[in-house]
This record gives sequence, C-alpha cells and structure tokens, in this order.
Amino acid sequence: MKQLRFGYVTAPVLGVLWTFVIALTVAIAMSFATGSAFRPSGLGALIWGAGLGLACLPGPVWKPVAAGIIVTIAALFGFGPIAIGNGVSGFSSLMGAAGTAGFAAFGLWIMLDEVAFGPINRHVFEAAIIKFLTGFGYIFFTAIVLIPFYVMVLTSLKNQAELIQNPLDFSVDLSKGWDLLRSYDELFTQFNFGTYLVNSFIISVLTVFITLLFAVPGAYAVARLRFRGRAAFSRSILLIYMVPMIVLALPIYIAFSMLGLRNSLGGIIMIYPVTTIPVALYMLQGYFRGLPAEIEEAGLMDGLSRLKVIWKITLPLSLPAMASVSLYVFMIAWNEFLLAFMLLDDPSKFTLTRGIASLNSSEIPRQHLMAGSVIATVPIMVLFLGLERFMTKGLTAGSVKG
Amino acid sequence: MSDVSPPKGSGPLARLEARLAWGLLAPTIAAVALVVILPLLAIFWISIKPVSLSDLRAPEVVIREDIRGDYEAVGDEAAIRYRLRNSSQDQPIRGVTITDTIPQGLAVFDLDPRCALDGRALFCDFGDWDGGFRETLMIPVMVEQAYLDTNIRPQDTDATVTGRASSVLTNATFTFDNFKRVFDGDEFWSVLWVTLFYTVFGTIGALLFGLFAAMLLNKSFKGQGILRGLYLFPYVSPVIAVAFAWILLFDPFSGSANALLIQMGVTQEAINFFGQRPLALIMVTLFEIWRYFPLSFLFILARMQSIDSDMYEAADMDGASPFQQFWYLSVPQLLGILSVLFLLRFIWTFNKFDDIFLLTGGNAGTRTLTVNVYEQAFAVSNIGAGAAVAVVIFGCLLLFSFFFFRFISQEEGL
Repeated sequence: MKQLRFGYVTAPVLGVLWTFVIALTVAIAMSFATGSAFRPSGLGALIWGAGLGLACLPGPVWKPVAAGIIVTIAALFGFGPIAIGNGVSGFSSLMGAAGTAGFAAFGLWIMLDEVAFGPINRHVFEAAIIKFLTGFGYIFFTAIVLIPFYVMVLTSLKNQAELIQNPLDFSVDLSKGWDLLRSYDELFTQFNFGTYLVNSFIISVLTVFITLLFAVPGAYAVARLRFRGRAAFSRSILLIYMVPMIVLALPIYIAFSMLGLRNSLGGIIMIYPVTTIPVALYMLQGYFRGLPAEIEEAGLMDGLSRLKVIWKITLPLSLPAMASVSLYVFMIAWNEFLLAFMLLDDPSKFTLTRGIASLNSSEIPRQHLMAGSVIATVPIMVLFLGLERFMTKGLTAGSVKG
Repeated sequence: MSDVSPPKGSGPLARLEARLAWGLLAPTIAAVALVVILPLLAIFWISIKPVSLSDLRAPEVVIREDIRGDYEAVGDEAAIRYRLRNSSQDQPIRGVTITDTIPQGLAVFDLDPRCALDGRALFCDFGDWDGGFRETLMIPVMVEQAYLDTNIRPQDTDATVTGRASSVLTNATFTFDNFKRVFDGDEFWSVLWVTLFYTVFGTIGALLFGLFAAMLLNKSFKGQGILRGLYLFPYVSPVIAVAFAWILLFDPFSGSANALLIQMGVTQEAINFFGQRPLALIMVTLFEIWRYFPLSFLFILARMQSIDSDMYEAADMDGASPFQQFWYLSVPQLLGILSVLFLLRFIWTFNKFDDIFLLTGGNAGTRTLTVNVYEQAFAVSNIGAGAAVAVVIFGCLLLFSFFFFRFISQEEGL
C-alpha cells in the first residue's frame, strides 16, 4: 500500500478506475435511453483516465476543464473512454462523450481534492479512496435499484414487436398520446384488474384492522403485565414468525379444500391476519416497552382500569408505532403471493398478485404482465414514500433493537 | 411480631394481573393455534400418510338417475335407471344405501332383491363396494295417468346416498415411504446443497450490500431522504412484480441485459441467465441479495446513527485513518446488529419460497427445500412427500432457532 501513497500514483489509478465506472454508467444509461450502441472502451479508459487523474490534482481549475474538453473531443472521434457506434445521432454522441468526460473530471476533481503530486499521508490517501468508493456506491446502488423498475415501466408502454426488434430501445414515442397506455386500458377493461385492485385493497385494509385488534392487547400484555411464562411467550412469538409459509400453506390448502373455503376472499381474510399478528405483536411490544410506565401508573392511581389505561394513555402515545405497524402489515398483505396463488382459482376473486400470476402465459403479451406489475407496485410505493419516515422508524425500532 | 417474612406465592393483585394478561393474549393464542400450530401438527400427520392430491376428496357414491323406455299412454312399461359408481378407483365404500321417492303414477311391478318399497319410498342396500365399482339398477315401472299429468320425473327428486368411506387422511394406514422418497438418491443432497448455497451467500451478500449502502447514507446531505427511500424500493414492491421484471430483463431472446452485453462485446451470443446451471442458482441468489439488502441497510443505518460521533472525533485527533476508524470503531459497534441480522436473515432466506418459484420454478438446479415441498405436493401430486419435506424444513428451523435464541438472549436480553 505504501507504494501507492504518492499523488502521481494515486491520481492515475483512481483516474482509470473512476473513468471506467463513468464510461460504463454513461454507456448503459445512453443505451437504455436511446437504444443506440454505446460501450465503454477499456483501453480508452486506461489512457484517458490516467491523464484525467493527473490533470485533476489540486491546481488551477482550467486544467481539469481543458482535460475534460480534450477527452470529449477524443471520444467524439472514436478514441475516448466511451466508444460510440456508427449511426448514432450527433446529439446523442455529444451527450455521451461530454457526459463521460464531464462526470469523470468532476468526480476526480472532488476525490483528489487534498491529494498532492508527491508523497501523501495515509489520511489523505484513504480519504481519496473512500470518496471514490462513495461515488461508485451511489452509482452502483442507484443503477441496480432503478434498472428493473425502469424496464418494468417502459416495457408496459411498448408492444411485443418493438420489444423483440430492439430490446434496448426504451425510447417512448410520445406522439402516440393515450395509446401508450393501451396495456393498462386493456387490463382494466378485459382482464378485470379493477376488481383485483379493489379486492387487494379491501383484503389489505381488513388485514391491518384485524391484526391490530389482536396484536395491540397481546403486545401490551407481553410488554407491561407480569405473568408466568412471559419470557417463553415472547420467544415463541419470534419462533412463529420464523415458520416458513410454505410449510403452513400445504395443510391450509388441504383444510380449505375440504371445508370449501378455497376460492373465497373470506378464507384469505381468515389467514392473512394470523401471518401478520406475530410480527405486529413483536414490533408493538418493543415500542410499548419504550413508553414510560409512570404515566400509566398515574392513570391507574387515578382510578382508570387497565383497559381504559390502554385505550386512553398507551394507544394515543403509540400512534407513530401503530402507523408504522399498519403500513408494514398493509405491505405484507398487499404483496402476499403464495397463499393467494394456492387458494384462489376463480378469476373473479383474484387479488392483484394472483391476477399478475395469471397474466404469465405465452398467449398474453409481455407488456400486459409489466403493466400489471406497475399497477401492483405503484400504490404501495406511493403509500410508502409518503409515510417513509414511519416505516423506517417502525421497522428498526420495533422489530430488532440494535 | 414473630412471623415477619416476605409473602410467599403470588398475591391477589399479581393473580389479577396475570389473569388480565392471559385474557388479553387469548385471542392471539387462539388464532395462532388454529392457523399455525394445528397446521404444523397436521404436517407431521400427513408426512406419514400415503396421500396424493386426488385423495383429498373422500370417495363417494356418484349417482345418476333417469327414466328409460317409450311411454306415451297409460299402461306403457318403462324403467327407472340408477347409474351408480364409486368415485375412487382404489378406496372401498362400505354400507352403500340409497333412499329415493318414486314419483306419483309410476307403479313398480318388479323389484330388485336388494331393494324394498314402502309406499312410495324406495330403499336399496348395496353392501360394500370396492374401488372403481360400478352398478346399474333398473326398476321396471308401469306408467299411470297420474304420472302423465303431474310430469314429475324420477330425477326431479334427489336420491339420498349413504356410505362410509375411510379417507386416507383419517384412517390408520401409515407409511414411511414419503421420507424414504425424500431422502432417497442424490436428489435430496443436491437440493440441500442448493439450499445452503442460496441461504449462505444470499444472507452474507445482503448483509454486505446493506452495510455498504448504510455507509453511503450515514451522512446528511441534500437528497439523502430520497436516496434512502429509493434504496428501499426492491424490498417494498410486490415480489411477483420485481421477479417478472428480472425475468424480462434477463430474457435470452428479448432481454435488455443480453442485448447490452452483446453490444458491449462481453459475450457473443445470448446467455440464458435463468435456464442453465450453475448460472441460474447464482442469479436467484443475486436476486435475493438485491431484494433484501434494503432490510439490512435499514437496520445497520439505524445502528450507525446511534453511535456517538465524539468517538470518531477523538480517533481523528489521535490520528486514526478513515479505514482504521471503520475497522476499530464502527465494526465492533456494528457487530451485534450484524450477527442478529445474519441469524434472522439466514432463517428467512432458508424459508424463502416465492422468489425462486417465480424466477425459475425450481428448474435449472435451483430447487431449494421449500420449492421441493411445492414440487412434491403439487407437481408430482404427492402431498405426503411434500409434507415430509416440510417436516425436514421444520427440523432445520428448530435447529437454527436453538442457535438463534442462545445468541439473541445475550444480544437482546429477550
């Protein structure tokens, strides 16, 4: 490591790595946006990255700017860190070349902020490495998270022929207007997705209510009241949380087949809350323990009964926890697939996830499948982004205390 | 003042409190017992029964009734025909009887010896039937005017059938064939190996990714909230939606990933990501990491934010480099949450079914134990074998939770 700790070594090495990362990112982004041929060039990144790294060492600002412009021009002529295929439009080429050079130079300028040309100390060296890793991390995670969703949304707007012709071309032809949303329209008019949406919503909301109805008293008992077997009980909740669904699904399937409860939303509503009660109970009891017991004791002294204490003191105090538990339970119920898949066969009673599963056949075009996925994903995303704060807090504070 | 000693046992207040506690817990216990404990017991029962999917319906007598013969006027002869069969091909039904009402205006003039007529009520006793047994019973009748007038045909009144069939689920036939099937041959070991690979690498990968992501977001900057929300997307969206998005993305014929790889010159021809060994297993493990790193990320981030920043300032003053600070300060602080997460995620990944089922259906060397339950029970239609696999899973789970509780009791004081 010691040999690396010279500005004239660190800068080119980081330069090469970073330039390649940026070239790859820009190539993928431009390919996905335009469908044209962009690819990173290893050799280009090696040569130009080293140069950029040296140019971006602290010094006058014109150096990195000039280096960036030179790399852009080199890329446009086909010798840069990004290779642009023939027949790519001038604007896209310029975007790709300038984007690569610009982001590479800008990132390096920040990374090498304190790195001197000569020997550098360990602190400065590691700070530069960490800045590189941070930049790489942001790009990496954003890319891996966004790409599948990007593909999902844009596939739903295209048609089968376009998809097979160029799988990379996700450009959306806005001149089509409302026709872009044809898959969605067909799902709602021909495939009954309106009903599925309503079914899923009703089931999820009912699951939330029933779960809370069971879990709140239970969680309070485990958190506050002293009784023999409390520790054992609190453990067995966790244990039940760990029983795999497929193990339960088999006997439930058999029992429902015999009782004639298959194919009924009532049967689903009987099962879903029980799968979420242990989680909810565990999360809530964690929160209840954190509430000061003194307030409740004061309530008891003033003549309230235990149940009144729960209703008038504990519940209002734990509204944030209730919100996060509700959100989490709603998410589980909304996303649940296995039980819906096994227990529902009648297309008029499907939930959204079961409805999507039924779209997975070779006779139904892919864009319908993706449109269905978008329909199922958007509501939970909206709800979640709106209440993200609760979710984050509830998940971490309640379920596993760090 | 001689007997001053602390009270023994529990006092009335403590008893009251305990009673209230059990009262509050009772609904939960009842519901969980019904939907979790009972099915678990059922799994053990079924695993030693020779049950297949078709046995779920108990054998019953299928009956069809109609009237045969040309009859137009009073005095014509006709016959009431009962076609009966045992719905099961191999299960016997014992003590089969039918009871029916002969419609007004049909005079029975010849009766099968097994039947008896009391007024209009017909009762026939067929004794025991073997599996696959069929029988056609003809009852010749004379048509009278009343029949022609009322137009109530024999099939308009439903015949009542009785018969005792022992369902294989409740009888006393037991077998260890299911377990023999499960453990037999190389298949079990390959399934176990796939499960372990998936679980171990899925868990560790998700933890490392989560740690990395948490370190990225463990500072406040503009857009931190947005990024944090964005990084949780894989976890909160429905598994079926993201699984199909992955399948589409990595499709060998029209997938964008292949098009991209070919364009970049990484590969010459399309790769069948979810269809060939051992790539399919690696892909489903990557999917698992992708989908669950947000969960580890959330927990690790929460723990990181609760670490005192004074410590880092002190370390900075003492000249510790950033990597040293990470290794000697952050890692020891995070070790607790990391190990709890590892155990939890290990168990949950082990239990995971939907992801692999949706991505590959257990093909191309990705069949884990949980997928094997479904495969045996529904694809091969052998419910008993599926239950046997489930029992094996449950055994593993008990083993894991033993470690889990030994460990987590120290970690959390549960």
